[in-house]
Amino acid sequence: MNYKSKTLLLAGISVALILLFLFFDIRGNVEYILTRRSIKIAAIVLTGASIAFSTVVFQTITQNRILTPSILGLDSLYMLINTFIIFVFGSITLTTMDRNIQFIMIVGIMVLFSGVLYKILFKREDQNIYLLLLVGIVLGTFFGSFTSFMEVLIDPNEFQTVQDKMFASFNNINTDVLLLATILIILVSLYFMRFLKYLDVLALGRDNAINLGVDYDKVVKSLLVVVAILISISTALVGPITFLGLLVANLSYEFLKTYKHTYLILGAIFISIIALVGGQFIVEKVFTFSTTLSVIINFVGGLYFIYLLLKENKSW
Amino acid sequence: MKKRYLLIILVLLSIISLFIGVSNITPLDLMNLDDQKVQIFLISRVPRLASILIAGASMSIAGLIMQQLSRNKFVSPTTAGTLDFARLGILVALMLFTSAGILVKMSVAFIFALAGTFLFMKILDRIRFKDSVFIPLVGLMLGNIISSISTFFAYKNDLIQNISSWMMGDFSMILKGQYELIYISLPLLVLAYLYANKFTIAGLGEDFSKNLGLNYRQVVNLGLIIVALITSAVILTVGTIPFLGLIIPNIVSIYQGDHLKNSLAHTAILGSLFVLACDILGRIIIYPYEIPINLTVGVIGSAIFVYLLLRRNKK
Repeated sequence: MNYKSKTLLLAGISVALILLFLFFDIRGNVEYILTRRSIKIAAIVLTGASIAFSTVVFQTITQNRILTPSILGLDSLYMLINTFIIFVFGSITLTTMDRNIQFIMIVGIMVLFSGVLYKILFKREDQNIYLLLLVGIVLGTFFGSFTSFMEVLIDPNEFQTVQDKMFASFNNINTDVLLLATILIILVSLYFMRFLKYLDVLALGRDNAINLGVDYDKVVKSLLVVVAILISISTALVGPITFLGLLVANLSYEFLKTYKHTYLILGAIFISIIALVGGQFIVEKVFTFSTTLSVIINFVGGLYFIYLLLKENKSW
Repeated sequence: MKKRYLLIILVLLSIISLFIGVSNITPLDLMNLDDQKVQIFLISRVPRLASILIAGASMSIAGLIMQQLSRNKFVSPTTAGTLDFARLGILVALMLFTSAGILVKMSVAFIFALAGTFLFMKILDRIRFKDSVFIPLVGLMLGNIISSISTFFAYKNDLIQNISSWMMGDFSMILKGQYELIYISLPLLVLAYLYANKFTIAGLGEDFSKNLGLNYRQVVNLGLIIVALITSAVILTVGTIPFLGLIIPNIVSIYQGDHLKNSLAHTAILGSLFVLACDILGRIIIYPYEIPINLTVGVIGSAIFVYLLLRRNKK
């Protein structure tokens, strides 16, 4: 089976799972249930796709298979913003605030943060992408210190709201915000299309790419901006799922065994949809909501990461 | 900076630290043997100072040993996942033996910290691509994963807020009778000093040190055991203090060089001094409340770390 038919197979499984999720055990008010479920599915597909997509792009830029854009400090920033709002204004404010404004504000702060980070680090002569990541992760710890300080001081009842924010959830998605996020993601993807053709070349490394006539620094900077925006949108929409991207991007490389990014990205997106829809289905029907999907995914993704690190034959 | 100046500042700050706090105690009160004040002094102030000094010194030394053994300036208990492993250990101890005493917790935390540090060293061996910035990145990712596993169990047991308050570095909870575990670090520091030369040689690499007749494995194992013990003792008594083991040894090596026997004492003193200064700062800023050490060191420490990173790359 070549990579094209494998990609088709993944697409088939995704569609089948989505249909199963939509129509499984459907009783009573069909219209209402279908609306609820399709909102959930839309959110899952949207976040799954943008996380998978941005991780593959990010790993190609960094030429490294064990990195994920979530470690740029954005997850910790998201937690800090939410904890801060709850700490200062109380959980009531967070729940009653206009969802659209809240969404735009959080995305805005996160994009602004990555913009400043890029700006500072790319101004220097010696652009080292690992340095960027390390500074990002250190700032993540920095935000984490503030967050845990506030977490300890918060009233335990209020903390429940903080805890809800800690884990990605697809259950209470607001339709307005979903629409807004969809529009934003489509716009960003359209912008990205111009760069799609460069990805296969970028995978060859900086020197080769420059040799082949790619304006490397400019392309990489634009791609990093795309990645930051997508991760911000998906995190602000459902919450942090740090290791999902790592998991699905690597599964996609393993399964498709190709270097063509069009297929790698599609593969990663489908695997991500399969993991999220299938996982959500199992969480709802088998565990009956006793655990959170993102906790399971972080757990599995984390174990897979350690396996990747210890594997003899490493391609990073 | 001369060692004796550092020592003088340390002594001065220690005295200041003893007399700062919500209840106003002056040296005169102690002379007059004011009963209540002497009690507060002995139960709270002195233990606090002792634990600050020991925690600062030992965490910095732990970082220094790790950097020497891994030959990477950016490795420390924070950036190698040791802290996160120790935390996972404490969580496991809390879940399995609900009424566990401090020693059980300490042993489980120690086993986890040691296993985690070995895992990290193992990963280091396998990494072909030894960019010095890449290695702490792997360590921090590993730490993130371990803490997401801790979160998984904590979430299942509804322990998240408990755990985060428990693990947050904070000296205000240090009272007589609850902090003595941290004294375990003292003999370890002596041991580290005795082995300083061997650690320096081990830092030259496995082949080289074997050539010089050193039992490389044994020395490395001893170093890692010291690091794991110190980390778990400090976590259990004080909580996590991020980046301490990273920045202090780096600052010392800028002006002292890398000969361990020379830099050990400096590192220990500067470590204590740094934590003490941060603690005093945290107690003054929002007096009569206080900012936990986790936050002050986290903020100042990450700023210094970023500076060190950028400075290194400028060369």
